[in-house]
Amino acid sequence: MAATITPIDSERDRKRRSEEYDHGSGRRPPNDTIDKRTGGGGDGDNFNNRPAGRRGPREKLGRYRLAIFFALAGDLIFFIALVSVFFVTQSTGHFDPYNQYINDWHPTTVPPILWLNTAALLLSSVSMEIARRRMFAESHAMEEWLGIGRPTSKRAMPWLVTTILFGAIFLLGQTIAWKQLTLQHVLFATSQSSHFFYLITYTHAIHLFLGLGFLAAALYGLYASRLLENRQILVDCAAWYWHSMGIFWLFLFVLLVFFQ
Amino acid sequence: MSASTSTILNLPDQTTATMPKRNYLNNEHGLLSWLFTGDHKRIAILYLISITFFFFVGGAFAGLIRLELLTPQPDLMASDTYNKMFSMHGIVMVFLFLVPSVPATLGNFLIPIMLGTRDLAFPKINLLSWYLYLAGGTFTLAALIFGGVDTGWTFTTPLSTHYLNTNVITAATAIFIAGFSSIFTGLNFIVTIHRMRAPGMTWFRMPLFVWAHYAASVLMVLGTPVLAITIVLVALERTIGIGVFDPTKGGDPLLFQHLFWFYSHPAVYIMILPGMGVISEVVSTFSRKRVFGYTAVAFSSVAIALFGFFVWAHHMFIMGVSNYSALVFSLLTMLVAVPSAIKIFNWAFTLQKGSITFETPMLYAFAFFGLFTIGGMTGVFLGALGMDIHLTETYFIVAHFHYVMVGGMLMAFMAGIHFWWPKMTGRMYPESFSKLSAVTSFIGFNLTFMPQFILGYLGMPRRYHAYPAEYQVLNVLSTAGATVLGVGFLLPLLYLTWSLKYGAIAGNNPWQATGLEWQIQSPPLTENFTEIPIVDHEAYDYEWLAHKTEQEVTTVG
Repeated sequence: MAATITPIDSERDRKRRSEEYDHGSGRRPPNDTIDKRTGGGGDGDNFNNRPAGRRGPREKLGRYRLAIFFALAGDLIFFIALVSVFFVTQSTGHFDPYNQYINDWHPTTVPPILWLNTAALLLSSVSMEIARRRMFAESHAMEEWLGIGRPTSKRAMPWLVTTILFGAIFLLGQTIAWKQLTLQHVLFATSQSSHFFYLITYTHAIHLFLGLGFLAAALYGLYASRLLENRQILVDCAAWYWHSMGIFWLFLFVLLVFFQ
Repeated sequence: MSASTSTILNLPDQTTATMPKRNYLNNEHGLLSWLFTGDHKRIAILYLISITFFFFVGGAFAGLIRLELLTPQPDLMASDTYNKMFSMHGIVMVFLFLVPSVPATLGNFLIPIMLGTRDLAFPKINLLSWYLYLAGGTFTLAALIFGGVDTGWTFTTPLSTHYLNTNVITAATAIFIAGFSSIFTGLNFIVTIHRMRAPGMTWFRMPLFVWAHYAASVLMVLGTPVLAITIVLVALERTIGIGVFDPTKGGDPLLFQHLFWFYSHPAVYIMILPGMGVISEVVSTFSRKRVFGYTAVAFSSVAIALFGFFVWAHHMFIMGVSNYSALVFSLLTMLVAVPSAIKIFNWAFTLQKGSITFETPMLYAFAFFGLFTIGGMTGVFLGALGMDIHLTETYFIVAHFHYVMVGGMLMAFMAGIHFWWPKMTGRMYPESFSKLSAVTSFIGFNLTFMPQFILGYLGMPRRYHAYPAEYQVLNVLSTAGATVLGVGFLLPLLYLTWSLKYGAIAGNNPWQATGLEWQIQSPPLTENFTEIPIVDHEAYDYEWLAHKTEQEVTTVG
């Protein structure tokens, strides 16, 4: 059963055997010189031929997840810096030609379509989560292991496509919002708050565009990649990236609507 | 102690010794096998070559700066050329040499081996980060060829955004790209350290070199994005005038300083922490003792990384931050001195009653102790509010950060390169030459930068190409020292290259060190370990090593 954060098997198996002959690794057979005969039927689960550095079925997944979490932490700092710049600029004034200290921050009115965009992005996050969980559904993985087609890919695919569609709708909505602002003669260079409106929405849109690329790669991977694990990794990492961009957008949206 | 035990160097019998038939250097042949390699050791070598190139590029600028300052009059170059010289010196040295120096070369080479694994977590991303570094380097060279930048390496606004027509955007792009290279390296290290440790390699069995890199990697991943947004804003300011840093448009130039130093102060810890990791390994090996207070040294790395994020405003005391915040940041700055002092004291106690020998890496490590301590202590002077007002933007600052960055980091880098040279190449460097170069660079360094402390205290401002005649004596001393220092850094380039072919065959463990990297052949196999080791001993366990060596069967031929 899929949990929000699927536990990694290597973490569950921390307890190690305490027999005298055991090295304490818990992974190697007691006598290294004797081949440990595992598996059979050519399905490639021979312990002695396992890929280097592998210590559990989800070792690789855990690695990629950790990397994407740290990368997203860095990205979060990027947005935090951007938001700090927003607040500092908002609160700083300047001297006008009459030598009076003024603060002429005029909030940019947020186009109402952003509310719809936000809803689309939230929906895309929901469908992404469904796609991610489909990849980890154990019964499907078992069917795949038994050689009955590729049920995980098949069942996750529609949701992945839905996510891409909603993501595209969001980006499209953003371009409509920019166009609406242009019609109202609110351009990047118009005022300080419009700088920030565009800077924040552009930066986030670039991130989402990369995310769409990520999702497209995951979709391609569903067909191109033979190993279930690689497909899981692709979808999983794309999902965490996508969710984070959704959460970042929520913060940025609240900032633009309520804190200008 | 008798003369025979004055060295721990233990080379195999040169008449019979041979290099291992198969190793990572000759596993594949041809240029493409290097350019498309995923092997962390080969990528480390690629990095070593590229950072050496940029080190000498930056060094050439330093030489020209010192040459100009030989006389009080501006007679070698025009003032704006001089501005370009020190800016390019700073940009090249900081972003293309110091930041990737130890992590990308020694760290790349050693972290997987020290952890007992076959490669970093993401070999292809590792290669990508080298290509990004090269791209950043290319942009820097382009900025240089098209006429250089003269903002100083700090890109201070409004100078960089309004008053200069040099290649600011090209240089900014270079730094933006090089930043991604360092983020990817950091991510790779973090994941490798978390996930790929050999069985039995617990967190507190890891060598301190790995701990230091872990702390530095966290800084790389969390600090560099702030630099990215800062650079984007500078570029936007120059191209479309968004006015974030422009007071006439309601912006705040001080904001740039906050953003820039929020990255660049942690960045100095990115530069120094890996060097501290090297020193831990070297001190332990040449004192034949476990590093005193292992846990304290490990946690002080993490503490430095943590505190490093809360001291940035000490670069801005005279720029109009409020007195209250200046006070707070002054206190926090003093706080950073504590974990650094913990390290220095623990290394000192490691030396105490150790069987110290004076091979080249140890000489460089001793240089590190003295110079880093001076650099760190003067940092405390500068962190004190009253002193800072007198000393900031003078040569005192220049001397301070060169004592930390060159005296600290570069000495640590040289210590590390000499220490692991036999492991990386399988050959020993000539000991007498290397001792000479260690002593030369120590003397040259002090002669260069000690007068600058005095100059700064007397009030000579930095970044000026002309100065009153009364400062000439000290400036001549400094330039003379720079010449000696230059020789001290050129010598290793020559004899290390020489040793690639003619050096003595080093054997697996010439220093009789305990690290996992010394238990495998040198140069290592591409896969590092034929069998993943099972770690059952602490780091720096010399008894374990002695026990292991006793039971080893020595084969001849």
